[in-house]
Amino acid sequence: MHNRATSFFALTFGLAVAGMAFADPVDDKLVVEAEDGTVELVTTAPAPDFLKDVVDTIYSGWHYREDETRDLQRDDFDNPGMVYVDRGTDLWNSAIGTGGESCAGCHQGPETMAGLRAVTPRVDAKTGALMTVENYIDACVTERMGLESWNWTGNEMKDMLALISMQSRGMTVDIQIDGPAAPFWEKGKEVYYTRFGQLEMSCASCHEDNQGKFIRADHLSQGQINGFPTYRLKDAGILSAQQRFVGCVRDTRAETFKPNSEEFKALELFVASRGNGLSVEGVAVRH
Amino acid sequence: MVEEVKPRVKVPKSAAAGEVVTIKALISHSMESGQRKDKDGNLIPRKIINRFTCDLNGVNVVDVAIEPAVSTNPYFEFDAKVDAAGEFKFTWYDDDGSVYEDMKPIVIG
Amino acid sequence: MNLSRRKALSLGLGGIAFAAIPGLSTAATVEELTAAFTAGAAPGTSGITLTTPEIAENGNTVPVSVDAPGAVAIMLLASGNPEPAVATFTFGPAAGRQFAATRIRLAKTQDVIAMAKMADGSIVQAQATVKVTIGGCGG
Repeated sequence: MHNRATSFFALTFGLAVAGMAFADPVDDKLVVEAEDGTVELVTTAPAPDFLKDVVDTIYSGWHYREDETRDLQRDDFDNPGMVYVDRGTDLWNSAIGTGGESCAGCHQGPETMAGLRAVTPRVDAKTGALMTVENYIDACVTERMGLESWNWTGNEMKDMLALISMQSRGMTVDIQIDGPAAPFWEKGKEVYYTRFGQLEMSCASCHEDNQGKFIRADHLSQGQINGFPTYRLKDAGILSAQQRFVGCVRDTRAETFKPNSEEFKALELFVASRGNGLSVEGVAVRH
Repeated sequence: MVEEVKPRVKVPKSAAAGEVVTIKALISHSMESGQRKDKDGNLIPRKIINRFTCDLNGVNVVDVAIEPAVSTNPYFEFDAKVDAAGEFKFTWYDDDGSVYEDMKPIVIG
Repeated sequence: MNLSRRKALSLGLGGIAFAAIPGLSTAATVEELTAAFTAGAAPGTSGITLTTPEIAENGNTVPVSVDAPGAVAIMLLASGNPEPAVATFTFGPAAGRQFAATRIRLAKTQDVIAMAKMADGSIVQAQATVKVTIGGCGG
């Protein structure tokens, strides 16, 4: 499936990429000032084995952003994404279920979710289903609380996602790719390398073949999602990984898959695994 | 849809008498500029936080007149001089008449 | 990177983010806002520091800060926005410094202007050009 057709890419995107400079990811260290001390995040790491023929080192998207954007993530107060974490905390403690259930009622504090974001998407041992954090939230909301599913990219879902992701901040991304995860991972890999849209671009067209170059003013990153959900300056709001996928695929002028589609769930698994070794950033800031 | 407005302020818990401390304040708000159109081409009415104030023990620290060019989730950072223990009061004024408040205590020591 | 090209692109951002409507605008101009703030005093240039990024990755959220020791009030203007007024900070007796930082919207590459009014009514001014880029990834 891995077709490298760089010359064709150069033709279709010649206007955008031609003449643009290459720039290495910025050499910098991410130490976050949190409410209770500082958290040092691993933003570069040796590439996982399966990526070794593509890159030696993996970089968080943080390294591809300008100084001011990177600075926003160095202090939890400067990070606008933390507003959504706060809202998630309020939601966590609210008795929103049809029987008065709250997240806190079953799970105690949100810190009981520590570690989940670092290992998802993963295959649920009981059901064999591929589960994202959103899938776990949805299961609680619909099965335990008796509510209608939250909009997959709506406020409640993303506030809760932000809160749960934050609990794993600083933990190492450790996505299982073998065993029961293998077929999903292969599926995700296929989506990653498939060219979509009128521009016939795959994820790899930008994030492998042209990583480090500029697409207009955008410094193309490796497409890591260890910082997701992320506060995106362009949207002035929180964005989930699969929401970002929608934007990417749409930019190839394709009909996109939907968030929570089998394709995007598998893609999230594959892309997340490319960041094995980086830290979960909780709620990052990107542009 | 009702907007979830959530203030966030960062104030040190304590200060030496006469110390100057840095304060950061942010509120979740769309800051609809009044310049944008909806999908049907109609102008979306302006709805912003138009004023923000911070007082310490009833004495003003800063009073900000805000225009639509201030970003979504408006953020302000400024310094206050703490002469005595007490309470900071933060107030945001919305175009729709809503007023949002937050308080933070500070001790000397 | 090619500056004229980025300028051309930034016009596109202006169209999207600040779809100004010619003829309907009643926004005060930089000149009007300046006149109202300064009461005609000619601005000096020392004693005020305006800090902005040289290049803003996204015009929606541009961090700016201004420091003007001794100021009573500081006005921020974005000369290239459809409404140039941004914010005016008036410092009270409990202010520790006449300093403020915020995040602003810039419709395109333009000059940001900061003006401070001192207790004696004199005015100092600083300005800085911020290049606003538009990314390749609209999604």
